[in-house]
Amino acid sequence: MALRSVVSRKTLAPALRHYRSLTTFTLPDLPYDYGALEPAISGEIMRLHHQKHHQTYVTNYNKALEQLDAAVSKGDAKGVVQLQSALKFNGGGHVNHSIFWQNLKPVSEGGGEPPHGALGWAIDKDFGSLEALVKKINSEGAALQGSGWVWLALDKEQKILKVETTPNQDPLVTKGVSLVPLLGVDVWEHAYYLQYKNVRPDYLTNIWKVINWKYASEVYEKESA
Amino acid sequence: MALLRSIAISSNKTITLARSARALTTTTLPPLPYSYDALEPVISGEIMMLHHQKHHQTYVTNYNSALELLHTAMDKGDVSAVVGLQSAVKFNGGGHINHSIFWKNLRPVNAGGGEPPHKKLGWQIDTDFGSFNALISIMNAEGAALQGSGWVWLAFDKELKRLEVETTANQDPLVTKGATLVPLLGIDVWEHAYYLQYKNVKLEYLKNIWKVINWEYAGEVYEKEAQWCDLSEETK
Repeated sequence: MALRSVVSRKTLAPALRHYRSLTTFTLPDLPYDYGALEPAISGEIMRLHHQKHHQTYVTNYNKALEQLDAAVSKGDAKGVVQLQSALKFNGGGHVNHSIFWQNLKPVSEGGGEPPHGALGWAIDKDFGSLEALVKKINSEGAALQGSGWVWLALDKEQKILKVETTPNQDPLVTKGVSLVPLLGVDVWEHAYYLQYKNVRPDYLTNIWKVINWKYASEVYEKESA
Repeated sequence: MALLRSIAISSNKTITLARSARALTTTTLPPLPYSYDALEPVISGEIMMLHHQKHHQTYVTNYNSALELLHTAMDKGDVSAVVGLQSAVKFNGGGHINHSIFWKNLRPVNAGGGEPPHKKLGWQIDTDFGSFNALISIMNAEGAALQGSGWVWLAFDKELKRLEVETTANQDPLVTKGATLVPLLGIDVWEHAYYLQYKNVKLEYLKNIWKVINWEYAGEVYEKEAQWCDLSEETK
């Protein structure tokens, strides 16, 4: 790590070295067994999704961070800019999947139970009913071209709920800085193909049985305070 | 389907919109030139069946729907609807184009699948990439690095008269990367193309698919598009 050095002349030196530490990331544990979301999502899918896909995003994000750190230290602007794609993709993958595991819950622990309290009322106000919201998320998710995510978002600024989609591993914030993810549904083929094959709408219909509305409510209440 | 031609000319000499007869040609799913399990063990029969009968068929069906809607919108002069339909046209039309090429890019081993390219395409590959193995290395790397869904292509640039490796996102056809690019070979790297068999290990799928690549077809397309004055026969 570079030590702080200050140039003695009165003009500001072009490169000011700061001391920085690099925080890397680890794969968060799943709060339930791989098989605990069956039959909505198979244990095989959960295991691959967590141990392979999410782990790969974490590994590659850490690699990109190390390279970014080196490029920043050297003042290598071109290198820094070139790394943005890997950072967004892998960092986004890590962010999105970390939220996703919390969005899911085994039925035996309350998965699928509809939202109550403030979030329940907000859903009725902004979409008419929970059924209408589910229908909209399912339709947006089914229509998404390629890989991506469909989100229930809170717009902190406008104080309304919105349904948004993001392509690939773009996090929700890329659609608006005031958007907070309450619930994300992964519609990449790896999220469902082994079980549902090409029938993405069936995956979407079934995933509601294991959605953890309690977590979504907690985030909503915290962010709308 | 065709509208009657009617010309309405208003009395003050301006010509109002003329309705002309326009035909609508829809598309159908092309049959696979081999049986579903003929590419095993490289690509499973289950994948080929789903890929052809479900994925490609859906692109065909939805492209035809989009075309019908486009036809109607054009009749009505509904610009907003015409523009609104372009996403569905590109995605589904692209899906149909890309997969139609893909089925021809594959061939069972016992029918020549995997045999390296010879003659003109072989020489062009050596010229532009150094060697056949170098080309494969590049395509595998590009395919593995592709973020999300898409395709990796061996393209012939008709203008620059050289081969290039390109990638396209989702179902964008190769031509979206350049009007002069001709697809010789496309590899589908959407997860549906390999997941049931290779799971998350996209690179294994890429390494193995070369065993069933139909270089004869790629060579035919290349020779047709390149239309070289055949200097190579005299100099070699």
